[in-house]
Amino acid sequence: MSLSNVAVNLQAQDWQAVCSRQDLVAQSGVVVWFEGRQVALFYLPEQDTPVFAVDNQDPRSGANVIGRGLVGHLKGELVVAAPLYKQHFRLSDGRCLEDSQQALQVWPVRIRGEQVEIGLA
Amino acid sequence: MNAATTIAQREKLIIVGNGMVGHHCVEQLIERGALSRYELRVFGEERQRAYDRVHLSEYFSGSCAETLALGTAGLYAGHGVNLHLGEAVIQIDRERRQVLTSAGRYAYDQLILATGSYPFVPPIEGCEGASRLVYRTLDDLDAIRAAATDARRGVVVGGGLLGLEAANALKSLGLEAHVVEFAPRLMPVQLDAEGGAALRAQIEALGVGVHLSRATQSVVAGEDYRYRMNFEGGEFLETDLIVFSAGIRPQDALGRSSGLEVAARGGVVIDSACRSSDPHIYAIGECASWNGSVFGLVAPGYSMARNVAAALAGENAASFTGADMSTKLKLLGVDVGSIGDAHGATSGARSYRFIDEASSAYRRLVVDASGKRVLGAVLVGDNSYYDTLLQYVQNGIALPVDPAALILPQTAGAPTLGADALPDSATICSCHNVSKGAICTAIDNGCGELGQLKQQTKACTGCGGCAALLKQVFEHELIARGVSVDKSLCEHFAYTRQELYALVRVEGILSFEEMLARHGRGHVGCDICKPTVGSILASCWNQPIMDPSLVPLQDTNDTFMANMQKNGTYSVVPRIPAGEITPEKLIVIGQVAKKYDLYTKITGGQRIDLFGAQLHELPAIWSELIEAGFETGHAYGKSTRTVKSCVGSTWCRYGVQDSVQMALTIEDRYKGLRSPHKLKFAVSGCTRECAEAQSKDIGVIATEKGWNLYICGNGGMRPRHAELFATDLDDAGLIRLIDRVLMFYIRTADKLQRTSVWRESLEGGLDYLKQVIIDDSLGLGAELEAQMQLVVDRYECEWANALKDPQKLKRFRTFVNDQRPDPGVHFVRERGQRRPIAAAELHLIPTTEEVL
Repeated sequence: MSLSNVAVNLQAQDWQAVCSRQDLVAQSGVVVWFEGRQVALFYLPEQDTPVFAVDNQDPRSGANVIGRGLVGHLKGELVVAAPLYKQHFRLSDGRCLEDSQQALQVWPVRIRGEQVEIGLA
Repeated sequence: MNAATTIAQREKLIIVGNGMVGHHCVEQLIERGALSRYELRVFGEERQRAYDRVHLSEYFSGSCAETLALGTAGLYAGHGVNLHLGEAVIQIDRERRQVLTSAGRYAYDQLILATGSYPFVPPIEGCEGASRLVYRTLDDLDAIRAAATDARRGVVVGGGLLGLEAANALKSLGLEAHVVEFAPRLMPVQLDAEGGAALRAQIEALGVGVHLSRATQSVVAGEDYRYRMNFEGGEFLETDLIVFSAGIRPQDALGRSSGLEVAARGGVVIDSACRSSDPHIYAIGECASWNGSVFGLVAPGYSMARNVAAALAGENAASFTGADMSTKLKLLGVDVGSIGDAHGATSGARSYRFIDEASSAYRRLVVDASGKRVLGAVLVGDNSYYDTLLQYVQNGIALPVDPAALILPQTAGAPTLGADALPDSATICSCHNVSKGAICTAIDNGCGELGQLKQQTKACTGCGGCAALLKQVFEHELIARGVSVDKSLCEHFAYTRQELYALVRVEGILSFEEMLARHGRGHVGCDICKPTVGSILASCWNQPIMDPSLVPLQDTNDTFMANMQKNGTYSVVPRIPAGEITPEKLIVIGQVAKKYDLYTKITGGQRIDLFGAQLHELPAIWSELIEAGFETGHAYGKSTRTVKSCVGSTWCRYGVQDSVQMALTIEDRYKGLRSPHKLKFAVSGCTRECAEAQSKDIGVIATEKGWNLYICGNGGMRPRHAELFATDLDDAGLIRLIDRVLMFYIRTADKLQRTSVWRESLEGGLDYLKQVIIDDSLGLGAELEAQMQLVVDRYECEWANALKDPQKLKRFRTFVNDQRPDPGVHFVRERGQRRPIAAAELHLIPTTEEVL
């Protein structure tokens, strides 16, 4: 279900450029300001989906720190570990592996030429 | 057997009493299939179904009747057991084999009395209502709570086990609690005089009044409180309520009225099969008297219940042969343990005693005349000795050469009784009589999980006191069965940290990608293996951690070379070697803190921590600090932190060596060293030890002739005194040994293992470590020193390195597409500095403006 959700989102009609490819850091995250929200962009150049966009706010601490988390691969899923309490969120759909009550919003995101674009929901 | 006919012919079984023991008997009957032979009816006088009386005081600290209840609500009905609550049995008609209750008559073929006991209240003039409360049932507790509503002070009469529980209950109701005991000491049954004194001191320190050798003669109206208790000899104590807990009496009224034999000191007399003088009537638990004794603990009651249930189920029932009255309790938060012959009453018995008047701890070990067996023990203040001592007593295990070690403060060298030393017959859980053998059988039958083991064997589901021992036995047995305890670092590497270290070193691996490709799984890794491998690479090769291939490996603090705090801002700690700093540098720190409005605090390691910097501010802050000559303090890394020192012989009239100079030498040498966990050092200039070196990973203390080296100490959560490793070393000799110890630790320790834990896990202990490091028994000395020298030679301040490289600074942006700071960070001012706003305060401040 989450997969089809992602697929639908990637069909977003309107895309907005948020930063350049050069701003991304491979195997790691950076944060962009996007329409009043903080969005963390994770860049994994060798993956089929090379860039992911998730909410920068950690629901547990309330701090805006997700973009500074460590990226990893757990049980077949790409995840980010929240830096303060180390809970893991799936990059694909923002679900928390340890706590079903926590989730991060995700955005459709793509790289067009040198631009990184976020899709408007 | 034909089920249809047996149901038609089922005999009638009645249990009178639905307390802990009565309930356990029902459970046992169900479990043993006895309900195919008997139609069971249970009468309980109380309104509530059976509940856990052992943990009654929790009723005042959050537990409700339902959480204290035993078994699930539907258990009885689900098995066709008729439960009559709030229906007291008034009489037993033995001739007609019927019981008479307030609601009717019920026939029985077999009857089990499990009526328990009632609190004994001595006849005292003037006692009534709130001056005559007892502590036994949930209704009693409701009455105490009601009486406590506008009370300030409460007294418990009785300083035994239950009395102290009751005092705890009064305390948790917010009353000033007092205990009045007739005997000259607390817990006279379980403790000896010294144990009682130690317990008294601890309890008084908790604010509970203790009044010994007091006999209450009358209770009259008080002046300052509701009542005045007049004691023999003219003294008095005023109080708003009185709870009596002066002992229990067997509830044997039904036995007496129906003419069953009753013991002189009360209790329905039973034989070893728990049968009363009427062969159709059993008695179990506290209402029964076996061999002249009534057993006021739950474990013997359970064992009677088990035996009777087994007999009724047609099994070969065990005989009741008395009970071990050993107890382990936490009374008012104080550990109290009493095992076997605690008073040393056995002829020829001798005792070892440990008395610590400073912290009011007391331990006594009673051994037999031959000095070969433990007879009993008394513990006050620390029950960690209990399990081992109990096993010695119950299993007749021969004493170690130095028996006193069993009760001396535990150090690394003290002998502990491992799980393998216990015979199969050893009782692990005495509540449910589960032996080590039963646990092994369960494991052999495929039970591989601790929770499952508890469910299957019931071990540790009574009082819970055997939890630690059960876990120990479980793990030991798993390992003994060759069940591999998986030591893989994570799902990407099937190696331990030590094995990965060897691979990096032997194969000269320089990057995580190389490591993952050669020895791991997948292409990404995770937040366990990436920092671990990153740390090993740094320990071995000491490349700048901000090099592109290393950046994604570091945990966030290492990545940004600062310590993330709860609101996502960072703290910055410049290195202040040996805690020595010039006024000029102090001023710079002050100026930087002022400019960026950073909260400043002195750390325990003699440095200054600057809090509240946002990500994008870090490079600017560091360029100013580096300009003034500071270097990074590595407060964010698993690495060398600080070398604390006293002023030593330069200033101090007692100092014998220049401790500051030595601290500077050490800090300069090992700064930037990455290790399995953080490393703290200290150097003291004389034996007075003002730098607290014995609580550090590496501690150095000056002597007249040179330096003494202490290793593997720790403060923090699990304090450990460092151990003296070598004495009277010269400067070069000291550094050589530290080089070797640290590199050996880096090479052999587990991930995130401090030196203290590493040292304790080393087989062969300190002697082995001395052989390797001092005597060079493995021939590693030169190699370890060379490895350390490589790391030292490659040292470079990480912040200075990062500031030179625009690519590395790219990451220090709060937003890569916007200049604004994080609008989610809010501060308030407190005591002249700013601090993060608390969540509760946030709604009061809608903007990012500071509140003054």
